[in-house]
Amino acid sequence: MSSMLHIVNKSPFDRNALDSCLRLAGSGSAILLIEDGVYAAVAKAAQADKITGRMGDCSFYALGPDIAARGLSDISLIDGIQVVDYEGFVDLVAEHGATQSWL
Amino acid sequence: MKFGILINEGPFTHQASDSAYRFVVAALAKGHEIYRVFFYNDGVYNANKLSEPQTDDRNLVALWSALAEEHSLDLVVCVAAALRRGIKDEVLKDGFRISGLGQLVEAGIQADRMVVFGD
Repeated sequence: MSSMLHIVNKSPFDRNALDSCLRLAGSGSAILLIEDGVYAAVAKAAQADKITGRMGDCSFYALGPDIAARGLSDISLIDGIQVVDYEGFVDLVAEHGATQSWL
Repeated sequence: MKFGILINEGPFTHQASDSAYRFVVAALAKGHEIYRVFFYNDGVYNANKLSEPQTDDRNLVALWSALAEEHSLDLVVCVAAALRRGIKDEVLKDGFRISGLGQLVEAGIQADRMVVFGD
């Protein structure tokens, strides 16, 4: 309840929002990738290690409709990232004490 | 639960307003309350009724307006950001109102959660 939901909407190949988020997110945080942020969920991406490195103490989610909109539906995502729809997005906001958008 | 929404981008450069719209629709469908949607910076372009996208493009100005009418949403446009961009009462789409930043602060206080959509 008191843990924070972090929302990252930038591709890790474009900006360092995900880096900042992963550096500062507390243990137990949830991190949701939306919009171009979903590129960070691709399993074979050069940036994948950054997420797998925090997989132990944070939970990771990616927005399914944004994955589909970028043609990534058939591409493997990093193990452990849960794909959610907008309803799941709403639930994540409701379940966490505060929300931080890394714009 | 009461949600406050902040939108910092217009309809045609970033996905922010699309994401916010779909989030709000999903939240309402789940029975949550949207305390207020605040449009700041380029987000004020979401309120411009003179905007006429091609018919095969989604029209976020119209979508927000219709959603506000259906669910009695409070869509607030920041006055300073709006006037700077030529968004005045004369061009304001139905369902939007122009007010000050205090409305954003109040939404942050009154809402259980604040979700920011921007670039």
